[in-house]
Amino acid sequence: MATQFDKDDASLAVVVGSGAGGGTLATALAQAGIKTVVLEAGPRYEIEDFVNDEWEMFNKISWLDKRTTSGSWQVARDFPNLPAWIVKAVGGTSIHWAGASLRMQDHELKAASTYGDVKGANLLDWPITLADLEPYYAKAEARMGVTRTNDIPGLPGNNNFKVLKAGADKLGYKKCHSGRMAVNSQPRDGRNACQQIGFCLQGCKMGAKWSTLYAEIPKGEATGNLEVRPDAQVLTIEHDAQGKVSAVVYADKSGQLQRQKARIVAVAGNSIESPRLLLNSSSSTFPDGLANSSGQVGRNYMRHMTGSVYAIFERPVHMYRGTTMAGIVTDESVNAPNRGFVGGYEMETVALGLPFLAAFLQPGAWGRDFTSAMDSYDHMAGMWLVGEDMPQESNKVSLHASEKDKHGMAIPNVHYDDHANDLAMRAHAYERGRALYDAVGAVRTFPTPPYPSTHNLGTNRMSEKSDDGVVNKWGQAHDVENLFVSDGSQFTTGGAENPTLTIVALALRQADYIRDQMAKGAL
Amino acid sequence: MRLVDKRTRLSRRDFLATGGAAALVVGTGSLAAPSGAWSMEVTTLQPATMRTLIQVSRDIYPHDRLADHAYATALAPYDAASAEDVSLKQLLESGVTDLNAKTKAAHGVEYVQVGWEGQRVALLQSVETTEFFQKLRGDLLSGLYNNQAIWPKFGYEGASADKGGYLERGFDDIDWV
Repeated sequence: MATQFDKDDASLAVVVGSGAGGGTLATALAQAGIKTVVLEAGPRYEIEDFVNDEWEMFNKISWLDKRTTSGSWQVARDFPNLPAWIVKAVGGTSIHWAGASLRMQDHELKAASTYGDVKGANLLDWPITLADLEPYYAKAEARMGVTRTNDIPGLPGNNNFKVLKAGADKLGYKKCHSGRMAVNSQPRDGRNACQQIGFCLQGCKMGAKWSTLYAEIPKGEATGNLEVRPDAQVLTIEHDAQGKVSAVVYADKSGQLQRQKARIVAVAGNSIESPRLLLNSSSSTFPDGLANSSGQVGRNYMRHMTGSVYAIFERPVHMYRGTTMAGIVTDESVNAPNRGFVGGYEMETVALGLPFLAAFLQPGAWGRDFTSAMDSYDHMAGMWLVGEDMPQESNKVSLHASEKDKHGMAIPNVHYDDHANDLAMRAHAYERGRALYDAVGAVRTFPTPPYPSTHNLGTNRMSEKSDDGVVNKWGQAHDVENLFVSDGSQFTTGGAENPTLTIVALALRQADYIRDQMAKGAL
Repeated sequence: MRLVDKRTRLSRRDFLATGGAAALVVGTGSLAAPSGAWSMEVTTLQPATMRTLIQVSRDIYPHDRLADHAYATALAPYDAASAEDVSLKQLLESGVTDLNAKTKAAHGVEYVQVGWEGQRVALLQSVETTEFFQKLRGDLLSGLYNNQAIWPKFGYEGASADKGGYLERGFDDIDWV
């Protein structure tokens, strides 16, 4: 029988969200002997519930609750009520992620020092260095089974990778391989090896890809110290007279409000929901929202500079066969301002099935220009471009002035304007992507605009000083000592790398800190 | 490398008929391919409306290797949905009426009777910002491209987990790079 904790048990660690951050933190806490309850807004599916069908899975697991958008970013025009492509289910977006597991670079954690004064950018150095993170990167890689670490071989390259590699070689790129992937290239940790199914983004049917749903949470539950409560949408966090958080109020599956007492609360609802929850938890003590004395909650929203390049070749590719993102060129992820922008970007293979390519290749397009591209679907190769975007104070998640969700909680608005640096980087990345495919004989290439954001970052950022950000170097709120942020919203800056490995490393580091502070009686 | 057989593998009766919607036979509550290869019943929308929607759909997402039936399949749910949703029915019927009015003004005939694709596309460009057009285009995007029956025409194989993935079925069989 699964552990069930009492709602009046004030000794519990309460984790809001069960994705890469929350699911890992909760499991690590449970393994450290700390009684933990996870409140997950979405339902609990298992691998049996996954299907190799893009729209069916999208409709089943995505966070589709209404959000609004504003700003100059193209996502606001193409997908006005879907700023983010993330998951509402136990396991969170670790069900949907592709598995790319890259360490951030030393200079990226010192963005303000390295890039200097970038007009309009709210840059800050992280309060931690790569040296602080390295032991936890190593733990995360071992835990997740990242290929090309811990003597785990790389995944075999698929057709899409072979096109990327051939182009990379022709352009003289030196660092192209099948990726550091949290996808088993051989059986490991009780999970299968990848069978090259494709459909990585729809939930891995093999369980070869690491997800908190089946690679973490069951281990936590096995300790008897972890309870995961699905269909529990947290609406507010409450605090006591001393300003320490004491409970969370959530709506259960039937919409009934419940109150769960807490010793500590860790917020890990992804970078839109986490600040939304803090902003919705204002009180007379915290009139601008919980932990928001800096005014930075919800601000500095980052979503990575992204875009894709798809190319049509005279001969077939069948890009959809095999692991979706097992292919990378890292040569452009350096900081080389002579390119016309600071920071760098990665080039990674990506493939969409026919239904999603139709939706995302050129949103809104119709007519023969579009359909002739679709007619060449099986002759197409694709890459995703992902790079560092600039934090801007005005890019923010805020509570909608009038629209409420079914629980009466204000829906979030996501505002984003591309920074000039983002635009310059995207233009460069498109150009290099096209050049790479041209070098292999592409007959037609497409600069595909950003998809709804999967890398949502920065809205509760980590800072040395309490007036610059929301949390300290442990992800602990500057204003509230028993409140933590445990997802990508604590990123001070975004780096060029897919963020999940860093989110997991931070969660493991935070779990150690919480364990030690509790042992000392400080929490 | 292993290629996907793009020949029509479903019954010839269903998929033989290609061609413009103008050729479809409109009856009372139904429309049919002239060869009798397929037909569809409509109970809420006017058959003539459905015939026009089929042609508009082909003009929005023209794929010469797809039969009219593929577009009709994507549009079929509108009939039942219109029975439940009066505003949808109104949107579709009035959208077609307006398009035909524009077409008559320009060419003296109804939309499906305009023989040149270029002229029909120009008419659609004049209405592409309307709610009618955007609704139709958006629904077609999934209604058309999410129809598994047409995937082989594009060389897409769909679900693979039940076949053991592509590990032994050509994930790395590219032979020209």
